[in-house]
Amino acid sequence: MYNIPKFLSKAALVGLVQLCCAAGDAQASWNNPYPQSDHASNVFFSSFRERPKHLDPARSYSSDEYVFVAQIYEPPLQYHYLERPYMLVPLVSDGMPSIRYVDAAGQETLHDLPSGQVAYTVYEFRVKQGVRYQPHPALATRDDGRYRFHDLGPGDLGDIHSLADFGFNGTRELTAEDFVYQIKRIADPRRHSPISGLMAQYIVGFDELRSSLERTLEDTSSDSFVDLRDYTLTGAEVLDRHTYRIRIQGKYPQFLFWQAMPFFAPMPWEAEKFYSQPGMAARNITLDWYPVGTGPFYLAENNPNLRMVMRRNPYFRGEAFPADGSPDDIGLGLLADAGRIMPFVDRAVYSLEKESIPRWNKFLQGYFDDSGIGSDSFDQAVTFTGQGEAVLTENMSERGMSLSTSVETSTYYMGFNMLDDVIGGDGDSARKLRRAISIAVDFEEFISIFANGRGVAAQGPVPPGIFGARSGEAGINPYVYDWVDGRPVRKSLEDALGLMIEAGYAGGIDQSSGESLSLHFEAVSRGPDDKARLNWMRKQFKKLGIQLIVRSTDYNRFREKMLKGTGEIFFWGWNADYPDPENFLFLLYGPNAKAKHNGENASNYQNPQFDRLFMEVKNMDNGPQRQALIDEMVDVARRDAPWIWGFHPKKFSLHHGWVHNIKPNTMANNTLKYIRIDPQLREASTAAWNQPVLWPVWIAAGLLGLSLIPAVVSYRRRERVTAR
Amino acid sequence: MSAYLIRRILYAIPILIGVNLLTFVLFFVVNSPDDIARSQLGDRRVTEEAIQTWKKSHGYHKPVVLNDNEEGFGKITQTIFFEKSIRLFLFDFGQSDSGRDIGHDISQRMWPSLAIALPTLLLGVLLNITFALLIAFFRATYIDFWGVIICVILLSVSTLFYIIGGQFLFSKLLHLVPISGYDTGIDAFKFLILPVIIGIIGGIGTGTRWYRTIFLEEIEKDYVRTARAKGLREGRVLFRHVLRNALIPILTGIVVLLPLLFMGSLITESFFGIPGLGSYTIEGIQRQDFAIVRAMVFLGSVLYIVGLLLTDISYALVDPRVSLR
Repeated sequence: MYNIPKFLSKAALVGLVQLCCAAGDAQASWNNPYPQSDHASNVFFSSFRERPKHLDPARSYSSDEYVFVAQIYEPPLQYHYLERPYMLVPLVSDGMPSIRYVDAAGQETLHDLPSGQVAYTVYEFRVKQGVRYQPHPALATRDDGRYRFHDLGPGDLGDIHSLADFGFNGTRELTAEDFVYQIKRIADPRRHSPISGLMAQYIVGFDELRSSLERTLEDTSSDSFVDLRDYTLTGAEVLDRHTYRIRIQGKYPQFLFWQAMPFFAPMPWEAEKFYSQPGMAARNITLDWYPVGTGPFYLAENNPNLRMVMRRNPYFRGEAFPADGSPDDIGLGLLADAGRIMPFVDRAVYSLEKESIPRWNKFLQGYFDDSGIGSDSFDQAVTFTGQGEAVLTENMSERGMSLSTSVETSTYYMGFNMLDDVIGGDGDSARKLRRAISIAVDFEEFISIFANGRGVAAQGPVPPGIFGARSGEAGINPYVYDWVDGRPVRKSLEDALGLMIEAGYAGGIDQSSGESLSLHFEAVSRGPDDKARLNWMRKQFKKLGIQLIVRSTDYNRFREKMLKGTGEIFFWGWNADYPDPENFLFLLYGPNAKAKHNGENASNYQNPQFDRLFMEVKNMDNGPQRQALIDEMVDVARRDAPWIWGFHPKKFSLHHGWVHNIKPNTMANNTLKYIRIDPQLREASTAAWNQPVLWPVWIAAGLLGLSLIPAVVSYRRRERVTAR
Repeated sequence: MSAYLIRRILYAIPILIGVNLLTFVLFFVVNSPDDIARSQLGDRRVTEEAIQTWKKSHGYHKPVVLNDNEEGFGKITQTIFFEKSIRLFLFDFGQSDSGRDIGHDISQRMWPSLAIALPTLLLGVLLNITFALLIAFFRATYIDFWGVIICVILLSVSTLFYIIGGQFLFSKLLHLVPISGYDTGIDAFKFLILPVIIGIIGGIGTGTRWYRTIFLEEIEKDYVRTARAKGLREGRVLFRHVLRNALIPILTGIVVLLPLLFMGSLITESFFGIPGLGSYTIEGIQRQDFAIVRAMVFLGSVLYIVGLLLTDISYALVDPRVSLR
């Protein structure tokens, strides 16, 4: 470890020298957090707010983690970067997989069958040849072909603190077996994969493999290496070196979307063998922290407490920038790099920045290439035109910054617990009460006050941009909005009050008991900032004479109430896993009810018609027939109003003028490879923006010196007087 | 002295057990093992089976404090409390709930904390003593009056204000230092300047007032009067006699802080992006990672006890009238 006093004195000396050198260099920026040479290099600088929890693709399932995981691991498919609506295209799969359906009689067909007739669906993936893994010690071999670091003894890890300390790296070609190995890892109980339960419903033999592994693990240490190649998964088999097949129960078209997520990225068995050796976990050298992928980047520095650095993978096969996009993309210059080989940047440096103020200021200083916009900085960055369009403020535009906006594939809603005696249930009174509240709670105002206008009031569960969502008059919720002058206008309060009378709650008084109506809002209180939001909520209910009682609690208790179905009204949200209406409509599917089945249907809504339609829609391909059924489902849900449909948030992001090829893509996570930087422009801009200002320092020093004069005079005078 | 030390170390054991038990109770009042599992596994698509598997693999499947299904000692030993606690007393912190080795993390993160805390303490003490001596020298003059007022103002201002104000002034307006961040080795220096300066300024008010009180107390003593009567200059009286005698409370006050320097500062580290133990503790709390919280509370308690012990020893060393029995 360090010799601290020596280290500090050395650091102080070098720092002073650095400052002196920087003072002599007119172009140097003293506040540059990176080495000066880095800023002129082909490096992308950004930040991350939360330390990633897991980098194992079998387990990783949050956007904080995908920032890194998706650049390193490559699943078979990916989303097209420019095309909209979102479209799947091959990544390491050599073309899209072939799909065959098997009926109950065992007959295979390449033609689509109605879901009821499909016993199994078979996906056959052909893997691109010549794809190689990043350099990694797990793949390093000796001259005789044996793995160099697969049989480490107790003393071999003495000086090893990170992967770089091993000194030797190796690579090998990607094979079909690596994909099958990863699917088996999802079944491994030690990996705690969040999609294990879901995949068990579909992949043939998944449950059997999981049970078999559980039995094995009862007799072995949890850290020991279990070679999954020795275990059979009947639903995933290797056909040849570059072909594998997955067989799933029935028909599940969304399965292909999962193939674009890191869960299904290939994993070499050598990695598991390497990381399972004794002493590795005690040094935090685990597969959960040191990925092994085929992607355009590899993790060169893994310090989640400070900085994550990804470097260009020297064995990356190269991938051409997409050549097809919309006419708008051409106008925005997004096809300027069409056909050029990616990735464009050599390195990406992500610094941990937990607090919003330093993060924002570093972006303004040019030390982060991109940034989101916090509520505190919103007015500084964005202004709205008379037509309601968000544009950058003059100051930002002058600095060459750009703003990109997109409606996220997410929904935030206020849910009613349908199991509740007052607000829930299928009765006419409760339904009208819910509809009245849906009108009264003005989400346009909510978006304006609490989200700086960054959102679109929702008309149903499916966000714009996802198949099934309709625009214009056909897309409005007729129970809450009217179509007036070409735009949706929220129904009047009188309409809501009328519904209250019909529901038996005229003026907010329960006509049967004569008592005023009180409802309970289950709030997760995070601090004083929530007070304004909760007060606003109370006011919305007050419009109908309803007293809203806020039950603030922590997130654990809130979750418990949801699981038990004891909450009454709550606010929640959902981010899409994939761009398919099924991923939103399933939030209202009866058998997914949270209280009964621990599913994602938090309002415990159950409607036989909706559920029947869902089962049909779920397995259909997009087309007019599917659209018609979705329309019917959405209409049922709007009529029953289990949610106040809330809003779909809009993502606002900023980037500097030296960052190119930015197009918001809320589904794709592997977007770093598309980004191109102009390092010369960045260096010139940051140098101009960050020249040290020294005159206040000299003035302060002068004032301090002047203030000492009377003290010194007084001291001398005192020293001369005789004792009293 | 050795008997005294052994006795104090033995006293520490029930204190540490108590602290550990209290941490346990407080944490499990708010979080059940199911909550811990859910916070680690996330909210999406988590099945009950996955929760049970996670709890089993992380040792949270047993009763918290008392196991009614066991006999004899098993009632106590086959519990989460016993299994998680016993290793702590061997300083084996185990793995965090997210799977990282806590001992390794602590060994990595204590140095950045120390890199801020140590210069802040040493330079701060030096500056505070200088100011306090200056004010004591000019006692009952306008310098004393305004010095005290400035000290009261400085100690009334929140640390957060110093941090945000310092970042705004020195980094955003004057562009003199990076606004936040950290680096290893000698490159750390430019990142340490601002937090250290802010730490020193933030501590001037409290420190100067405290030291001033100590100096004024000493100045009233007979030996000072004697020194003056001998014709010594006021500066010599202050620096040679008053300062030396006042060092006893100052030194013992500092010694108690020394072990805790490793624990870092919660707010400063968070705002300046310093990967120290302060931000590690905050992360553990925010993520409901019980293993980290428990380890850090335990470590804090041990270091505090060590600090108190060192204080007693330093008393005996610097003041011959004190003996430890």
